Amino acid sequence: MTTIYILWLRQLKRFFRSRSRVLGSVAQPLLFLIALGFGFGPIYQRAGRGNFMEFLAPGIISMTILFSSVFNGIEIIWDRQFGFLKETLVAPVSRMGIMLGRTAGGATVSLLQALLVFVLSMAVGFRPASWGNLPLALVFMVLIAVLFTAMGTAIASLLEDFQGFQVIMNFLVQPLFFLSGALFPLEGLPKALGIVARVDLLSYGVDGLRATLAGISYFGLGTDLVVLMLASLVVLAVGSYLFSKIQI
Amino acid sequence: MNENIIEVSGLTKRFGDLVAVNDVAFTVTAGEIFAFLGPNGAGKSTTIKMLTTLLLPTKGKILIDGHDPVSDQDAVRRSFGIVFQDPSLDDELTAYENMEFHAILYKVSPAQRAKKIEGLMKFVELWDRKDGLVKTFSGGMKRRLEIARGLLHDPRIFFLDEPTLGLDPQTRNHIWSYLNDLSKKDGVTVFFTTHYMEEAEKIAARVAIIDHGRIVACDSPAGLKSKTKTSTLEEAFLNLTGHEIRDEEATGADRMRQHRQMWARR
Ligand SMILES: Nc1ncnc2c1ncn2[C@@H]1O[C@H](COP(=O)(O)OP(=O)(O)OP(=O)(O)O)[C@@H](O)[C@H]1O
Ligand SMILES: [Mg+2]
Repeated sequence: MTTIYILWLRQLKRFFRSRSRVLGSVAQPLLFLIALGFGFGPIYQRAGRGNFMEFLAPGIISMTILFSSVFNGIEIIWDRQFGFLKETLVAPVSRMGIMLGRTAGGATVSLLQALLVFVLSMAVGFRPASWGNLPLALVFMVLIAVLFTAMGTAIASLLEDFQGFQVIMNFLVQPLFFLSGALFPLEGLPKALGIVARVDLLSYGVDGLRATLAGISYFGLGTDLVVLMLASLVVLAVGSYLFSKIQI
Repeated sequence: MNENIIEVSGLTKRFGDLVAVNDVAFTVTAGEIFAFLGPNGAGKSTTIKMLTTLLLPTKGKILIDGHDPVSDQDAVRRSFGIVFQDPSLDDELTAYENMEFHAILYKVSPAQRAKKIEGLMKFVELWDRKDGLVKTFSGGMKRRLEIARGLLHDPRIFFLDEPTLGLDPQTRNHIWSYLNDLSKKDGVTVFFTTHYMEEAEKIAARVAIIDHGRIVACDSPAGLKSKTKTSTLEEAFLNLTGHEIRDEEATGADRMRQHRQMWARR
């Protein structure tokens, strides 16, 4: 337990000390909200779908969590390069505890960023459909954060250095985001894209968040919850296994 | 009376075709200061990684304080402290936070934690910089902090992989005299590597010399000197390992050649 706590605390300290990271992590989502939200808003409205900002904001919050979580997970590569990973790996604590602590820390950091983006989205005109659903929305944010931080950790356990990082960003994280329905409705998509969106785990996070924040759902809340919870457990298990096998 | 705290036999590590550590055997007695010397790429760090549970051996048997690093990792991990060849501090944390992190990870009791951290940081003369971020420290300060950190949980064995690299003579003397005390007074076993032969000669009770993954000699500094009929450990070292400069990226053929030359010399 103390292992998990101290690793969690370390991640938070590192985050709060780097102001550029706090700013950088919300700049892109804000840009998306403003450009896409106001840019596509009129068309969306004319198509008879209502307020686009309401649709978009949950997608952008999911995006924030995705990018930040994968990044926080993958930070292990940095620790490996700068040597700090060795310090934790020779300590008499279980690798599982280290992995869980890191994941908890990384997930907390991306949750904080998501909340910041949530507040910013309200500044540009987003309003949750019902405040009562906010706790459930928070649950979804946590699930997305845990799932993708663990995924980042799992991937980082397999990478030796930074070289793989760009590949992961371009071939995993970007597709996860763009194909998830964060930016567009999943109804009436071309068949292939529809299937891809169903395989994309982020789709369920976006959908759950949209259901709770905007009252719009495609898969249904129950499905979203179950898929995200199962996926988180599986990825955590795989991540712990891969992390426990790291040799330096 | 004098138990072996480290026992290694038949230890081998392969990376693909490269045999980094080749059938190595040695023992270290409790409380001893033991130097592990060898040219660049000889296999020193790889051996230390296997002794400290970071790397699985390809073959061979290791006992650290009676425990096997492969099957009983936690017991082994509790028994040693280590200073790695490469830096291993968190640059974004302060010196004190790095120490605290270690203390909590190693379950140093909260009652003792603050006192011990203060004591060790005063010893390495970093107490007045305790709240400074490590990224603002010089190389020597980081090294001193790592040494303090490695001792925080009262290890029975202290591994140091080139601990004095890049330190000024004052700091080096200071550290060696402290390690000497630690071994003499508290019975801590010190296992270190260095490329400064005079350090090993002055402080080590016994020296193992490893070259191309094989131990070529293991004796007291005096024993090595008389065996090679030389007057300093450095000369003995050069006599045993040859004068050619080691290219870590040497091809397989080069390595074969070096091996052959070594055999021819004998
Ligand atoms: N992870 C690895 N993969 C492949 N080869 C490796 C790996 N680690 C070490 N080696 C190789 O094993 C050999 C021994 O390396 P090692 O780091 O143990 O040498 P060393 O004695 O510590 O040298 P130095 O004095 O330069 O630190 C070298 O040829 C090195 O290139
Ligand atoms: Mg080395």
